[in-house]
Amino acid sequence: MIRWVFAIIGGALLGGVVHLVSVLVLPRVATLDAYSRLAPITKLNAVTALPAAEPGTAPMPFMDPAFASAACRYDLSNGPIKLTVPVSQSYTSVSFYTRNDVAYYAINDRSAGRRVIELDLMTAAQHAELPEDEEVTAADRLIIDSPTSTGLIVLKALAAEPGLMPQAQASLAAANCRVQTDAPQAKR
Amino acid sequence: MRLILITLVTLIVATIVGLGATWMTATRGVNVGTIKIGAWTARPKTGTSDIDPYSRASVARSGELPVGTGDGVMFTATTDDTGRLLDGRCDIVVKGVTPAARFWTLTFYDPKGRLVANTLQRYGFTSQEIVRGSDGGFEVRVTSRSRAGNWLPTGGLDRYMLALRLYDTPVGVGTRTQKDAPMPSIVTVGCP
Repeated sequence: MIRWVFAIIGGALLGGVVHLVSVLVLPRVATLDAYSRLAPITKLNAVTALPAAEPGTAPMPFMDPAFASAACRYDLSNGPIKLTVPVSQSYTSVSFYTRNDVAYYAINDRSAGRRVIELDLMTAAQHAELPEDEEVTAADRLIIDSPTSTGLIVLKALAAEPGLMPQAQASLAAANCRVQTDAPQAKR
Repeated sequence: MRLILITLVTLIVATIVGLGATWMTATRGVNVGTIKIGAWTARPKTGTSDIDPYSRASVARSGELPVGTGDGVMFTATTDDTGRLLDGRCDIVVKGVTPAARFWTLTFYDPKGRLVANTLQRYGFTSQEIVRGSDGGFEVRVTSRSRAGNWLPTGGLDRYMLALRLYDTPVGVGTRTQKDAPMPSIVTVGCP
């Protein structure tokens, strides 16, 4: 009898371990996470408009229907990414996610403070390799370190009224996301 | 023989307890760093690299992309202020003011976070398009039959959730109480 009690208590304790391990492993093995959902419909290192957040077409749950959105699925192994997003009329934001959907950085048009949000995305190693050139490290160049070499950049533009949706989509269509092939040049 | 049987029971119990607990927490979430104001809850840390393992598992399971902290914060509500589950067959009024934010949106989702089709293509309101009273407050009627003013159709869905997203807002990890973030009330005014 006592053996069975031990067996069940032991099982429960072991269950705790199974629980902790499975919680930690789940994000890595999930096949229907946001990155996996967007991977087939987005281009690598280029901006792709996402389907409208409407019933039936929304590629992910919990999308805000008031926003036009676009994504740039990136891979930094060929070099840093340069991202430029023109600011739309009402509100524009750029959010960065790792391969495992962790939002590690987000910025909106006001904190960017200009008509165009301009960012350089690179891995920590690529950042360390940057020449310590004054002009390159100028304050007007915003450099983001990506914790993983692949991930997602999601661009969102608010359509404050349904009629403004085409305008919001158009402003995102002008966004650009590409690999910097040559060494970063000193601007201006 | 007996030893094998006992070991087997131990392993079966471990699997059921372990995976059961994981499924529960990934579906319902765990209250780590949760802000609760009235019927509204938010987990602002979900939008940072400091996201806890339970929220990560929950995000991976649902397939959503959390709102980044530099972008905004999302509050959700599945019950009214008295704790009663939101029922799409009832008349529910969301009323009051919202915390400081440059923009906000109020959106209607089914319990899995999907938008619900309706003929008006009305899935929510933005802070710009909503009709306000003279005091700056607003009143949204969430019902299955059409109403005057700010009407959000439920399509008769029996369970749903509301999401209030604040964009470019000081509300976040430091927010604790209603005083920091005055959230609108959710009241069930009548059920057929």
